[in-house]
Amino acid sequence: MKTIIISLKIFLFFTVLTGIIYPLLVTGVAQALFPTKANGSMVNRDNKNIGSELIGQQFDSTIYFTPRPSAISYNPLPSGGSNYGLTNSKLKQLVGERKKHFIEFNQLDSLTEIPDEMLFASASGLDPHISKQSALLQVNRIANARNFGVAQKQQLIACINRLTEKPQILVLGEERLNVLLLNLELDKLK
Amino acid sequence: MTLLDFIQVILYFSLLIGLTPILGNYMFKVFSGHNHIMKPVFGWLEKLTYRFIGTNPDEETNWKSYFFALLAFNFIGFIFLFLIQLFQAYLPINPTHLGNVSWHSAFNTAVSFVTNTNWQGYAGETTLSYFVQMIGLTVQNFVSAATGIAVLLVIIRGISRKTTDKLGNFWTDLTRSILYVLLPLSILFSVVLVGQGVVQNFKTYETVQTLQGAEQVIPMGPAASQIAIKQLGTNGGGFFNTNSAHPFENPTPISNFLEMLLILLIPAALTFTYGKMVGSVRQGWTVFSAMLILLVAGLSISLYAEYSSNPVFGHLSLMEGKETRFGITNSVLWSTSTTAASNGSVNVMHDSLSPLAGMVAMLNIMLGEVIFGGVGAGLYGMIIFIILTVFIAGLMVGRTPEYLGKKIEAFEVQMAIIAILAPSVVILLFSAWASVSSYGLSSLNNAGAHGFSEILYAFSSAAGNNGSAFAGLNANTVFYNLTLGLGMLIGRFGVIIPVLAIAGSMAKKKTIPPSAGTFQTDNWLFVGLLIAVILILGGLTFFPALSLGPVIEHLLMNNGITF
Repeated sequence: MKTIIISLKIFLFFTVLTGIIYPLLVTGVAQALFPTKANGSMVNRDNKNIGSELIGQQFDSTIYFTPRPSAISYNPLPSGGSNYGLTNSKLKQLVGERKKHFIEFNQLDSLTEIPDEMLFASASGLDPHISKQSALLQVNRIANARNFGVAQKQQLIACINRLTEKPQILVLGEERLNVLLLNLELDKLK
Repeated sequence: MTLLDFIQVILYFSLLIGLTPILGNYMFKVFSGHNHIMKPVFGWLEKLTYRFIGTNPDEETNWKSYFFALLAFNFIGFIFLFLIQLFQAYLPINPTHLGNVSWHSAFNTAVSFVTNTNWQGYAGETTLSYFVQMIGLTVQNFVSAATGIAVLLVIIRGISRKTTDKLGNFWTDLTRSILYVLLPLSILFSVVLVGQGVVQNFKTYETVQTLQGAEQVIPMGPAASQIAIKQLGTNGGGFFNTNSAHPFENPTPISNFLEMLLILLIPAALTFTYGKMVGSVRQGWTVFSAMLILLVAGLSISLYAEYSSNPVFGHLSLMEGKETRFGITNSVLWSTSTTAASNGSVNVMHDSLSPLAGMVAMLNIMLGEVIFGGVGAGLYGMIIFIILTVFIAGLMVGRTPEYLGKKIEAFEVQMAIIAILAPSVVILLFSAWASVSSYGLSSLNNAGAHGFSEILYAFSSAAGNNGSAFAGLNANTVFYNLTLGLGMLIGRFGVIIPVLAIAGSMAKKKTIPPSAGTFQTDNWLFVGLLIAVILILGGLTFFPALSLGPVIEHLLMNNGITF
């Protein structure tokens, strides 16, 4: 019986310490040091939040860069991948369809090599990034849809180069490009 | 693989090896009651804990009383977590107004977090309130990890003490693990993670109008504080459904590298602590080497499988279920580490891994979660294999087996066998049951051999207290919630009880001084023997099941066959 009472007391003690004080302390420090990041790295345009820099958005219009395929169509509630195994025929079929669609949508030559991330759905369904190559393949289609001249197209390519993120501290992770930030810059090219 | 890929892998292992003696030595000081750098910071909190619960920290008990304290404490944790989920809707800090959790899912999640499994049968962002995530899950992340360390300390004392039945004080071990190891590291790393973009707030979910004019609801919450401890305590239960693949849970390559390092940090360092506590640092490094070799072997097979071309997708990089910012190498390094340690957090969807990489993940779990393994749990599991290895070596040379001066006799070997059999029975019998029943099969997301793999993985994950999944399997059903929950309990306590019993039996024995005939347990020969015993036992037990799942899937894929 004594053991049970001690158990209850110590459970209460650690619940308060690690379940209440600890998260509140971290929240306090985080909000003081990194307020934007702690609150979701929201992106603001015309005084309105239009999304989070970290959470991918659905783009299927011809005037925007399109993101990776997503098993949840970029609806974050809840996040999710396809969970298809490699021997799942649905996956094989989807990859074929995505390849065909990407080529037709971007008016590319049928033999163009499509970067792999555009053929496969991401793990979270919210992957905010694509590769630089995938962005470059979309430039002509966007320039046509937006009636861009040569100068604007050059600006757009410069934009892609500028926004491409290198591996962190030179070695960690992959080179990548944030689709939402890129599309925001795209809207600024008038 | 490119040069950068290799550099990242080498950097990872260098840091792991470099930090092992530093943290290991620190934990040695903490658990031996010596002075250490956190004592001035949290010493008062330790004293306050003992005063509040009214115990004498130096009063030690035998293994049975120790186990009773552990069990009572875990049971209360289970009841509390179960109830707050059932009545979530009536409790505070629920800005998104999530409803009550179903009884079977609440049971599964409560068992899962108490046993340090942290299987996610639920989707965090649409199921659990901030209240449950903090006061329920975060707390269990701390105390279940500390429970693992406590059990490890008991078996170490059993080996290093002689002719006594006093094996420590559960409350003291629990308190020191939390205050001096888990809490300071969690505070440090949660702030660092927020600096990379992990969210930490109490806001309600934010609805935005996207650039293209659609509506998107962005989940929020106190995530960083939970993620730091979920990685450190080999817990692995994510704040969000897709765990550390979610950009809010793991936003950058740096956050990814740190979270991945935290998976193995404490289990690796504990091998050094072990060496110090039994009086021979070499013994610690011997265990560390065996673990590292198994990990690197698994990683090599996985990387090979993921970078190979196959007839189904040709030379395409297999990016299904992977995030652009991590790429293939970081995804596979994580999938191998998280299953070797019984962490179970994921940054890649294991269901979509190539068959051999998925098999390595599964096998890491099946081998008993001893390749670094869970915090505390990995090493006490490894000690079971050491006992068995010493026993087999003793049979071969015809001497009474002994380990660190303690005779290994029938009782220890019997208990070791129980500890090894308990999780294996769960994996094989429950998988067999699920794969011949309609309620088991109706949850599958994939057909053919891969479907069987989904089931086999689920029960391996439960019995190994890992928590990762082939997540296509819809495990949030009455059948899976209950059987997996039961599997986790057997996998946890079916090992803890024999380990504590062995500790009790060994502590009573005299220590024999080493002689010329003593079988050495701190050299490469022993590392080789230990690895062989682990692989042979695991292979004999699971090869038939694996050949029905990932092995045949690999062969079929190489013939271009899909289902």
